[in-house]
Amino acid sequence: MAAEISYAPVQRRFFTPGVYVLLALVLTAMALAVYRFIFGLESVTNLTNQYPWGLWIGVDVATGVALAAGGFTTSALAHIFHRKRFEAVVRPALLTAMLGYTFVGLGLMLDLGRYYNIWHPAWPTMWQGNSVLFEVGMCVMAYLTVLYSEFAPIACERFIGRVNLPGRLASWNGIVDRVLRSVNGTLGRVMVLLIIAGVVLSCMHQSSLGALMLIAPYKMHALWYTPILPLLFLMSAIAVGYPMVVFESMLASRSFGRKPEMDVLTPLSAFIPIFLGIYMVTKIADLLMRDAYPLLFEGSFQSFMFLLEMGGGVILPFAMLLSSRMRRSSRMLFSASMLVVLGVLINRVNVFIVAYRPPHTQSAYIPSVAEVLITAGLIATLMLVYRVMVTLFPILPKEHPAHLPGDN
Amino acid sequence: MDLNRRRFLQFLGAGAVGGISTAVTPAEASSVENISDGYGVLVDTTECIGCRKCEFACNREHHLTDLPLERYEDTSVFETERWLQANAYTVVNRHPNPENAAKPTFVKSQCLHCLDPACASACLVGALQRQENGAVTYDAWKCMGCRYCMVACPFQVPAYEYGNALTPQVRKCTFCASRTAQEGGLPACVEMCPQNCLTYGKRSELLALAHEKIAGNPELYQDHVYGESEAGGTSWLYLAARPFTELKFQDIGPEPIPHLTETIQHSIFKFGALPLMLYGMLGAVMRIAKGGHGRHAETTAEEEVS
Ligand code: SF4
Ligand code: SF4
Ligand code: SF4
Repeated sequence: MAAEISYAPVQRRFFTPGVYVLLALVLTAMALAVYRFIFGLESVTNLTNQYPWGLWIGVDVATGVALAAGGFTTSALAHIFHRKRFEAVVRPALLTAMLGYTFVGLGLMLDLGRYYNIWHPAWPTMWQGNSVLFEVGMCVMAYLTVLYSEFAPIACERFIGRVNLPGRLASWNGIVDRVLRSVNGTLGRVMVLLIIAGVVLSCMHQSSLGALMLIAPYKMHALWYTPILPLLFLMSAIAVGYPMVVFESMLASRSFGRKPEMDVLTPLSAFIPIFLGIYMVTKIADLLMRDAYPLLFEGSFQSFMFLLEMGGGVILPFAMLLSSRMRRSSRMLFSASMLVVLGVLINRVNVFIVAYRPPHTQSAYIPSVAEVLITAGLIATLMLVYRVMVTLFPILPKEHPAHLPGDN
Repeated sequence: MDLNRRRFLQFLGAGAVGGISTAVTPAEASSVENISDGYGVLVDTTECIGCRKCEFACNREHHLTDLPLERYEDTSVFETERWLQANAYTVVNRHPNPENAAKPTFVKSQCLHCLDPACASACLVGALQRQENGAVTYDAWKCMGCRYCMVACPFQVPAYEYGNALTPQVRKCTFCASRTAQEGGLPACVEMCPQNCLTYGKRSELLALAHEKIAGNPELYQDHVYGESEAGGTSWLYLAARPFTELKFQDIGPEPIPHLTETIQHSIFKFGALPLMLYGMLGAVMRIAKGGHGRHAETTAEEEVS
């Protein structure tokens, strides 16, 4: 196979029925978001003094960060471990990570009571190094910068030598082109440093995210409360990286009417049972060592959710992906990857919401319709922006000319 | 908790995170022994008659509600448990007495002003801080409204102004910091209490008083001062005639809540040692992998993996 991989903007019809559905979700969420900013959190959420964190923190923020792990895991594989054949998935994974973290930021803005103070943790006089959240916040900010810097050359590549501003601005073409080239050149020289920094920062905040709930030992259900929660978060983030890449690559292929890139995805998926297996064994060992396993059979909602998370989201896909036949079948690979992704989603929701059982509570937290719609709208926006980006920029691998005409 | 922490350290020591045991030192950030002897309040629940004058005083002091004093005589509020709110820094609850229906126990709740407060350790911008005098105070200007403090407080104290769209605040008992700053100033609730129920003073003296009371009347009192050791100690202390768990007090161990997270935080990120090591390791891998790249270019992951 070719060592050099070339990327190209996708040339397909942008508006499909699916896109209209996404647009409808986006508009609904925008209206609700405006409502939230005018009338406050109480008007749209079911949050209470007992349940200060709900769907937005569990899904938009915690799951968003976990599912963006495809970015650092593929970049480590292709650039640090030099498995060049996986180049093809690096750019889409980078784009997903960049958009994912951007939307984590947006989701957080909606959730923060004083969103306009979001910059406070970066201000030295307010640094509070004992806070796990401080560490998470700083790492996420730094990583977001790294992601944008990693992406910038791709944007430059698209326009260098092709800058063509309309009308009177055309006289600026030369200057803009030179600026792009120098940005590209500078970033190119430090790219190695950025790539490693991205991996280190990811390991740091992926694990710290798991340390967040360790400050509430008396409120957390013992099935999830373990001092190695940070390690489990890191392991599950690494384990979900490639399944997420597979899942989203296949979704994109399907939506653009392209063939799934099985020649890359199948070998990539060979890593999944390894990482997922390590996570699975650690998690089971932790249950046994802490003697928490009898709680599995207590028949509570919590025990059900734990079994669902582990059975459906870890053990089942692990067993499926052990077989190389399954990894070669695009349908099986897609299903198994989706299970891992859902498993991590359920895990994050479990840790941040289901396991959290505060005292002096009248009723349990169930997200409001508006909270769900805003979360759905954020995901829809992310998918639309992804679509716009791969149409504008060289992100997906160039298609074989033979496939190009005809379909659609 | 202690056990958890030890396990975590053992775990690090086992090298599972990459042989960084040298970087591990116990959390130095919070150690209750060094904490200055601030002020506190001793609440003797056996003296409380449930008049709710403390609620009235607090609400008036902090402009929370403007209900007139007579309205606090309404005992129907005791039918269901009430809890702290954005506009209620303190509430009194009635707990029925199974042995003597005529003598229920009334308990006043508010922020306990922990010696090593979880809320302050959680707050990423330092909006919540323990003051020298023992009060744990809030600076709304710094706060970004993440509500992590509410997740962290083991006593479920901080409340939030969800209905305020622009400048919502975390709300809890301030220990009347502005009143007590003055010579001889008392918290509003303490000043108003008609019984011998609330005693304001140095925490060490209050503890001595509490144990004196217990020794003086061992038939009446439980031999337990709630807050002496809970969560590493709290400024507000309680005496009761019945086991505290029957009165809906949280059963909290003696280890300060922030210890585990602060230990993890400081052992892993001390001088950035672990991240830097990871950085170096990845850099080395990168060089080596690049060197070997030519030879192995054609190996597939399938082969490498199996
Ligand atoms: S009781 Fe809760 S809010 Fe009050 S100081 Fe302790 S941790 Fe903070
Ligand atoms: S809500 Fe405010 S006070 Fe509470 S942790 Fe967040 S920033 Fe700190
Ligand atoms: S100390 Fe002040 S703020 Fe706290 S309960 Fe008493 S009156 Fe209210």
